[in-house]
Amino acid sequence: MSGILAVLEQRGGVLHKMALEALAAAQQLGSELDLPVCATVLGGGGDALAGYKLDKVLVVENELLNEYTPDGYTLALKQLIAAQAPSFVLFPHTYQVRDFAPKLATAMGRVLVSDVIGHRVDNGTLVLVRQLFQGKINADIRFEGEPPYFASVQAGAFRADKLVAGSAPVEKFSVELSAAQIRTKPKELFRESQRAVDLTAADIIVSVGRGIKEADNIHIVQKLADAFGGELAASRPICDNGWLPMERQVGSSGQTVAPKMYVAVGISGAIQHLVGMKGSKTIVAINKDPEAPIFEVADYGIVGDLFEVVPALIEELNKAKG
Amino acid sequence: MKIVVAIKQVPSRDSQLKINAAGKWIEDADLSYEINEPDAYALESALQLREKASGEVVVICAGPAGASQTIREALAKGADRAIHVETDAFEVSDPLALGRIMAKALEAEQPDLVMTGLQSDDLGYGQTGVILAEVMGLPHATLIMSMELDGNTLTVKRELEDGWFQNVEIPLPALLTIQSGATKLRYATLMGIKKAKTKEVKKLPAAELAVSAAQVIHLDRIYMPGKTKKSVVFDGPAKESAAKLVEKLRFEVRVI
Ligand SMILES: Cc1cc2nc3c(=O)[nH]c(=O)nc-3n(C[C@H](O)[C@H](O)[C@H](O)COP(=O)(O)OP(=O)(O)OC[C@H]3O[C@@H](n4cnc5c(N)ncnc54)[C@H](O)[C@@H]3O)c2cc1C
Repeated sequence: MSGILAVLEQRGGVLHKMALEALAAAQQLGSELDLPVCATVLGGGGDALAGYKLDKVLVVENELLNEYTPDGYTLALKQLIAAQAPSFVLFPHTYQVRDFAPKLATAMGRVLVSDVIGHRVDNGTLVLVRQLFQGKINADIRFEGEPPYFASVQAGAFRADKLVAGSAPVEKFSVELSAAQIRTKPKELFRESQRAVDLTAADIIVSVGRGIKEADNIHIVQKLADAFGGELAASRPICDNGWLPMERQVGSSGQTVAPKMYVAVGISGAIQHLVGMKGSKTIVAINKDPEAPIFEVADYGIVGDLFEVVPALIEELNKAKG
Repeated sequence: MKIVVAIKQVPSRDSQLKINAAGKWIEDADLSYEINEPDAYALESALQLREKASGEVVVICAGPAGASQTIREALAKGADRAIHVETDAFEVSDPLALGRIMAKALEAEQPDLVMTGLQSDDLGYGQTGVILAEVMGLPHATLIMSMELDGNTLTVKRELEDGWFQNVEIPLPALLTIQSGATKLRYATLMGIKKAKTKEVKKLPAAELAVSAAQVIHLDRIYMPGKTKKSVVFDGPAKESAAKLVEKLRFEVRVI
């Protein structure tokens, strides 16, 4: 095939929201590199793909794939990739992909370029951009040696609203799998905290990160939230430490919010935090490090020590409100 | 039960990073280093499991000579012995080559369980554990918050997206990659620090492990990311910045 294969993710037949972005990535690279584009999804949900401009949708059905396991997915995709021989295999950078795609790439003697945030085509060669040091530095990476080349794309790197509609033929692909090859046994999914706080309803969110240093300092940022008339939220380490309940966590493993204004106080701006808030209309960052990645997405920022800046801000707000 | 924990030394979290002249890596001469955060949780989980199941905790660390500081700290916290795969930082930039090197270094160990952090704070591939599992032929599970051992089977709690979790049963021997934050980290005691000095650290130069480099990806260059948005940033005295910001929020954003 020597084209692009997008390997997508579904749960209960519904595509993962990042799957559509990975599909958009495949279409875009397909047109830039002049390659045919196919898509596949394991364990159902293939029909949802037939409405896009694709050369082919490959449906892999096998009852051993109804529930996700890294062994099952790796064995099935290895057969599919060997048969289709794509040059590029693209995934959305979901938690499930983190779990099996490095195994699949290793099984085929390749390295997955994970967490891709951008790309360019340089003299016909694809150059991928990924982050190092939790977003403080970017790296340009190229593939070497023989295809297939594996990459996963981070949320927000490609836009699902650029997807091109069409009608794609759906083809079944059958794989050889036996229950004995699947070594792990997945159980039910569950949720822990009751979400008493609905951050998604707030117009203004003031969010606190590890820059606050101690639980006893949280009240400083709470006061700022009060002065803005907003809700208090936090980055993950604050909730892990139990300084604020988990239900106030923003990010890939917490809530996704898009308020009118999001104020990030002492938060570095790691990608897992950004995916949960970068849709906010206005982003304000307060951080002592001018190179902190949060400033890359901020509309307004103050570089300084939050222990000085936050009280000064509260005072100015109270003044402004008269 | 023999538990191997892979740990990595990375620049301290609040380091000011500068790109080196070759544009391939950071200026690392003046940096201070610490254990990669998720690896500290992997070590903690291993020590807790040993307390329940008894046995041995062996740490393996691939890194330059300077990584011995992080290895000593792991021994001081309670690991029984260590394997230091000596390699310069650059060799470990290819996760498949690293996985093969580590698997080779562990060939004689036959661990019941291997644990790694779920990703490193420097390269951030988030793959070393999964690659190592595949090279070693072990089943694996990632993003693990906690685990329960019952005979020869572990039940692990995996983190999924949006606040969901899933329990997974996994037979030993196996590999787990551990998420940060699910438990409290212990500190090294004075006694532990003293004892660490007498514990075995086996040094294995990576070059002697005779593993061919994978050479399937190539790092062209590294650089500071550009801004995606035009932002207005105030960096004067706090009071002044606060006043300017409030003015913007009042008249431009109109949220006050
Ligand atoms: C699978 C996975 C899922 C994750 N899910 C989430 C998630 O849902 N949400 C989330 O937030 N994270 C998540 N993370 C963690 C994420 O990668 C980061 O580790 C985390 O967001 C960092 O939190 P932070 O910015 O508060 O801390 P740090 O990265 O430690 O940043 C602290 C910041 O405070 C600044 N600072 C320090 N002192 C001061 C001061 N006095 N004044 C002003 N600024 C100061 C520093 O310059 C720094 O920028 C996840 C990670 C993984 C691997």
